Amino acid sequence: MRAGSILTRTIIEVEGLYHHYGDIAAVDGISFSVEEGEIFSFLGPNGAGKSTAINVLITLLQIQQGTATVAGYDVGKDPQQVRNSIGIVFQDVTLDRDMTCGEILEFHGRLYRMPSVERKQRIDELLSLVELDAKRDVRTKHLSGGMKRRLEIARGLMTRPKVLFLDEPTIGLDPQTRMRMWDYIKAVNDEGATIFLTTHYMDEADHLSDRISIIDHGRIITTGTPYGLKNTLGEDLIYLETADLPGTLVTLSAMGEVKELREKSRGIVAMLTGDGTKILPQIIENLADKGIRVSAVNLKKPSMDDVFLHFTGRELRDEGAEKPSTAVARAGRR
Amino acid sequence: MNTGFLTIYWRDMLRFFRFKTLLISSLVQPALWMAFFGIAMSANFNRLTSEIPPIPGVPSVDYLTYMAAGVIAMTTLFTSLFGGIVLLFDKNWGLMREIFASPLPRNHIIFGIALSGMTKTFIQAVIIMVFAIFLGAAFFAGFTTAETLLSLAGILLFVGVFSLGFLFLSAAISISLESPEGLQGIITLLTMPIFFASNALYPITAFPPVLQAISAVNPLTHLVSGIRYFTIGDNFQAIGIHYTATSMDIALSFLLLVLFAVLMFTLAMWRFSKATVT
Ligand SMILES: Nc1ncnc2c1ncn2[C@@H]1O[C@H](COP(=O)(O)OP(=O)(O)O)[C@@H](O)[C@H]1O
Ligand SMILES: [Mg+2]
Repeated sequence: MRAGSILTRTIIEVEGLYHHYGDIAAVDGISFSVEEGEIFSFLGPNGAGKSTAINVLITLLQIQQGTATVAGYDVGKDPQQVRNSIGIVFQDVTLDRDMTCGEILEFHGRLYRMPSVERKQRIDELLSLVELDAKRDVRTKHLSGGMKRRLEIARGLMTRPKVLFLDEPTIGLDPQTRMRMWDYIKAVNDEGATIFLTTHYMDEADHLSDRISIIDHGRIITTGTPYGLKNTLGEDLIYLETADLPGTLVTLSAMGEVKELREKSRGIVAMLTGDGTKILPQIIENLADKGIRVSAVNLKKPSMDDVFLHFTGRELRDEGAEKPSTAVARAGRR
Repeated sequence: MNTGFLTIYWRDMLRFFRFKTLLISSLVQPALWMAFFGIAMSANFNRLTSEIPPIPGVPSVDYLTYMAAGVIAMTTLFTSLFGGIVLLFDKNWGLMREIFASPLPRNHIIFGIALSGMTKTFIQAVIIMVFAIFLGAAFFAGFTTAETLLSLAGILLFVGVFSLGFLFLSAAISISLESPEGLQGIITLLTMPIFFASNALYPITAFPPVLQAISAVNPLTHLVSGIRYFTIGDNFQAIGIHYTATSMDIALSFLLLVLFAVLMFTLAMWRFSKATVT
């Protein structure tokens, strides 16, 4: 939960972080900060550099350039203190198939040198938090994908970390299981842990995050709250298909309620500053005045997908015509 | 004291006892070696050497007793060289990330794995000895109870230090490699010269000088000498050759094994400090 006041403390501070593998700049100069208690997300496609950035922050990769502090400790100078302050859920499942759920947590607690009494108590607490009490003595190879992920979250929380890092926590899970995972993540955050998560699922970033950084090709493209990001695209989006696209562009750009226009392969998207249900009839009227007939129309609120496509510019290249929003419009025309 | 290595030890032993087939085969295999190779070869060697007149006044031991020390040594060598393979699996399956991202110092990973490997070699050594005695090996002949106990401790000490050396080496190789196949290849390459340029199964006195020189610095030779000293004694004859060993010789062998272990630990530390796991 983001307090949003001047009283919040910065718990992750990254300045000019750069990381390369050979010639590839996987992380290409990023700066950002995360406030204590926040759920902060990196949203970006595969290969954007999310895991590389996380691996530097959790001290698995030696920092190459820039500075990063986690929980007040410098990852380069004080990695041991950073390790003691964080919990991690890695991108791929990292569970020993032949250890039981209880043993997985026991091993982790021992690695971090938790006293035995505290360890036992914490294992009980966490297994019930992620609803795996019944699986305590079951080997992890017999767990479903969702259970494995829950066990990993429990493991990440063993040492009551200040910051929990989640690298694509719901990758490969079915929609229902994903939503339950979101509930666990929110519950963990409510208990006070700051959460840094990476994802390539728009809905996940949208649903969970207090703030999101959109990351592509190793760079942060923009950062904001889900609401704020969507709002940069206007209050509503209208997609139009007409016989005369250049004429439509001219007409729409003359309207004050239209904030920005984007050409698609067969139509135009208009970002509106106000309520689309009121503006749409006016648009159709203005176009009719110019003798332009609208053949297809779709009105919607901007989604995270729209935000992402807007900022990365991907939709202009190839994906635009295939987006569901335009598919609806075309179906209406047939 | 930081006892973090016990965590690694605990997990590795957990796995050792969990995989029943692996556990049983690792215990039965050296016993089978003992049974088949030992009995077959001792029948041969005893027949071949029966013509050689025994050296008067020197107690004589049969081939089975002689080669049992070699089987213990060989088993220790194999188990230790493969002992680090779990690191390779952990690395490939991403499990090593959890450990590398934890506050556990890296040398504790090496210690933990070495300790569990050593435990396994102890269990095997004891089983082979019991089995060898059962087959008729004349171990501890003429020893008092105190001498026998002291000898047992001596054997475990030698086996322990020797196994540490090769476990450190195995850990160093494993953390540097990508695939288990690579480790298998390297181990095969290593074991051949180590095993055959040693006194494990036959005397080295008839070796050509180069081979003799190699076997003189071969840790396996020193382990076998140690085990023979503790199981048979400091003065005996086998397959027509008179063996003597002073406690000075044995101390020197032990020092050599310690030196080897220290060198291998340094190597492992260096490899671990270079390792990146993502
Ligand atoms: N160990 C590595 N060696 C070389 N290149 C790598 C390595 N890990 C990642 N990369 C490359 O770095 C880029 C970023 O990868 P990654 O951080 O895994 O992105 P993401 O987690 O966002 O999918 C990709 O181009 C990927 O191919
Ligand atoms: Mg990734």
